[in-house]
Amino acid sequence: MLGYYVDLAIRSLKRSPGLTLLMILAVGFGVAASMTTYSVFRAVSGDPIPWKSSQLYVPQIEMWGPKGHGGDGDNGDPPDAMDYTDAIALMRDHRAKYQSAMYMISPSLVPAQAGKHPINVGGHAVYNEFFPMTDAPFQYGSGWSAAEDEQRAAVAVISDKINQKLFGGANSVGKTINVDSKDYRVVGVLKPWNPQPRFYDVSNTGGFTTNDEDLFIPFLRGIDVGMANSGNTNCVETPTQSGFKGLQESSCIWMSYMVQLDDASAAKAYKSYLDGYAQEQQHAGRFSWAPNNRLRNLPQWLDAEHVVPTDTEISLLVAIGLLVVCLVNTAGLLLAKFLRRSNEIGVRRALGAPRAAIYAQFLVEAAMVGFSGGVLGLLLTGIGIHSVSWVLPKDIASLARLDRPLLLLTLLVAVVATVLAGVYPTFRAARVQPAWQLKSN
Amino acid sequence: MSLHPILVALRKHKAGVVLIALQIALTLAIVCNAVFIIYSRIEKVNRPTGINETNLLLVEQQWVSASNGDSAAGIQQFDSLLRNDLDTLTRLPDVESVAPINSIPLLNSSWTGGIALKPGPGLSDKNNVHTAYYFGDEHMVDTLGVHIVAGRNFTSAEINNKGMRDQSEPNLVIVTQDLAKKLFPKDSAVGKVVYLDGSNTPSTIIGIVERMQIPAVGWGDNFTWYSTLVPTRVNAIFSRYIVRTRPGRLDSVRRSIVPALYNANPMRVLDDDDAVRSFTDIRENAYRADVGMAVLMGVVCLILLAVTAAGIVGLTSFWVGQRHRQIGVRRALGARKIDILHYFQLENLMIAGGGAVIGIGLALGLNRWLMSSFEMQRMPLYYVLAGLVVVMVLGQLAVFVPARRASNVPPVVATRSV
Repeated sequence: MLGYYVDLAIRSLKRSPGLTLLMILAVGFGVAASMTTYSVFRAVSGDPIPWKSSQLYVPQIEMWGPKGHGGDGDNGDPPDAMDYTDAIALMRDHRAKYQSAMYMISPSLVPAQAGKHPINVGGHAVYNEFFPMTDAPFQYGSGWSAAEDEQRAAVAVISDKINQKLFGGANSVGKTINVDSKDYRVVGVLKPWNPQPRFYDVSNTGGFTTNDEDLFIPFLRGIDVGMANSGNTNCVETPTQSGFKGLQESSCIWMSYMVQLDDASAAKAYKSYLDGYAQEQQHAGRFSWAPNNRLRNLPQWLDAEHVVPTDTEISLLVAIGLLVVCLVNTAGLLLAKFLRRSNEIGVRRALGAPRAAIYAQFLVEAAMVGFSGGVLGLLLTGIGIHSVSWVLPKDIASLARLDRPLLLLTLLVAVVATVLAGVYPTFRAARVQPAWQLKSN
Repeated sequence: MSLHPILVALRKHKAGVVLIALQIALTLAIVCNAVFIIYSRIEKVNRPTGINETNLLLVEQQWVSASNGDSAAGIQQFDSLLRNDLDTLTRLPDVESVAPINSIPLLNSSWTGGIALKPGPGLSDKNNVHTAYYFGDEHMVDTLGVHIVAGRNFTSAEINNKGMRDQSEPNLVIVTQDLAKKLFPKDSAVGKVVYLDGSNTPSTIIGIVERMQIPAVGWGDNFTWYSTLVPTRVNAIFSRYIVRTRPGRLDSVRRSIVPALYNANPMRVLDDDDAVRSFTDIRENAYRADVGMAVLMGVVCLILLAVTAAGIVGLTSFWVGQRHRQIGVRRALGARKIDILHYFQLENLMIAGGGAVIGIGLALGLNRWLMSSFEMQRMPLYYVLAGLVVVMVLGQLAVFVPARRASNVPPVVATRSV
């Protein structure tokens, strides 16, 4: 019977090609606009480390007190980055399974080959636990040890890109690189790794970034040699002393901090440790306010930091609005198309077709319009995703892509939405009174 | 023409009428808000920064050094390297002027602080006005091409240098007109004393520039025009220079800069793509997201209007076909072609009008919701009124083709049975 309905639908759609084309175009454009914006939205709202994002937490400590509040958009949250004093204290207490304070660096790297110009590399100064915590994938070697952290060892983990550039992609573990005119021993080479958003340091990268992570060195080593931070620095008071040393003694914030806590009870224990720490600071006279800390897991943190750009959300909403209009439009046109065939329906019903048969026939027709619209929509979505790189910032546009799930979703949305739009017209068609129709002609 | 027969006829097609009205309402609501987004982005993108944006290049580079520029010796070393670079750049052919600078408008790399009339700590103090600093020398004003409207420029004797993380404050500053008015609403700011970043060092305002935007992009809307110029060369491991070229010589100067700097001192990093950028590129990059959003909203509006117009054509055509016989009867009873045409036009006007009334409510509601969820501005009422006119006109244009077909139905149809 289904084959027959498909045949009937094709005949009917052929009978008024203009109207059919109109419906297919409406569904196609509506679906394509929403799928294109959805692909961008999906790219920026995705979980960068889905297998353990619920175990990664970002602690926030109220180290500014009332001075840090009262600005625009203040929601009572403590600062979203860490000052040196508190980061070092938390590292020393070492209460989580894994933890790392980190700051952004941007040193120069001098290639050993003569005649090559120095290059600038981006990266982070981190503790050894950073690598197991973020599951950074190693190609050769590994991270450094806790002992090397303590010794302020001149060791480095480099990216695949830098390894290609300096060593032609060979295993460079044990080789030496020259960072800011000092020698560092390579202990690990990462596989290509570019998590977006840059979940471990949202406060310095803003989430999405086109900058590469080329180099990781031990945190205390960076502090020791005075490799200054290249990310943001925020202060509520001017540091009393000048220089990178003065920054370390100030209440200015310039560091990110991440911990791994494996279950809810560990998270609870860590939160009460944070509150205890703040209370201690209050007793010691450093804080003159009650503890006001936060411990958010990664999804909550990305949400609190508004990593998804507002424009992406608005675009998606507007495009969904467009899809709704297209469907209302399709519903109207299907209604016209179905009711025009009241005679035919009357004859079928008079010959004994039950209402269910009429439902099946017209929903099949709606589904066919939806499928054709979906195929057109797929084509337009492809064009749309290619064109977003013209109009969106590079860091975001490069993330949107047409893959198989999106492909299937596009077709599914088109068919389901059109069938839904066809429900009311079909209901009306099935209510046609056979006697009335036959009599009137 | 009486409205009564139209209303009676509309009641027979309730579903179709409701669907078209709903479609028009949604279209109006979305188009108004989308056009409002487009206009606010265009307004933002088109505002001048206050500097002379043509023939201007920005050079960014980093030296290779073990020093981070915190020690006195390190600072002096970086300062002599910086002055060497200024010298190298000034001597290039077709270069009009060169200045060191920490950032320029729209670069989104800012150095901000608070400026107050009283000394004393507290950056977040309410008496503080937020400002962005531009550090440079006596050539900064001319190279940027900003206009001094009161007071004077820095002289070469007034320029000093300091390390990037040196917290000392300058004795002299130049501020923008907007910032001067904010600090001293009543009289001229020239010669007045202000305190920067809660310090106790008095800084005297010696000049006022007409207009200069801060470097921030996408934030800092509460101090967009509050720039402060400081007569200090900032010494760090990296440096930035602005270069003003002779008219039409931008590209040749741009090509000559990297080789010249490497030639003067090879121990430095100059990025292959971004070491030398024209201000035009910087502006384009800064507003890329805004332009993209405007384009996207524009495309959505066009699709919406096209789909709605097509929907009206389709449904009205169906009605015309359905009433073929009735039209014939009316014609046979003496109705002129124009009467039939007017009938369908008036019918559409009523449906579109009904939809538009709902649409106005939806448009304002959508705007309120966007304001509360996405910090959007309040949409002025004339956007809604303009949107109203657009959908009504669109409806009339769309209905014209099927209505004309209806008016061409011959009276003889009335006598045929099928």
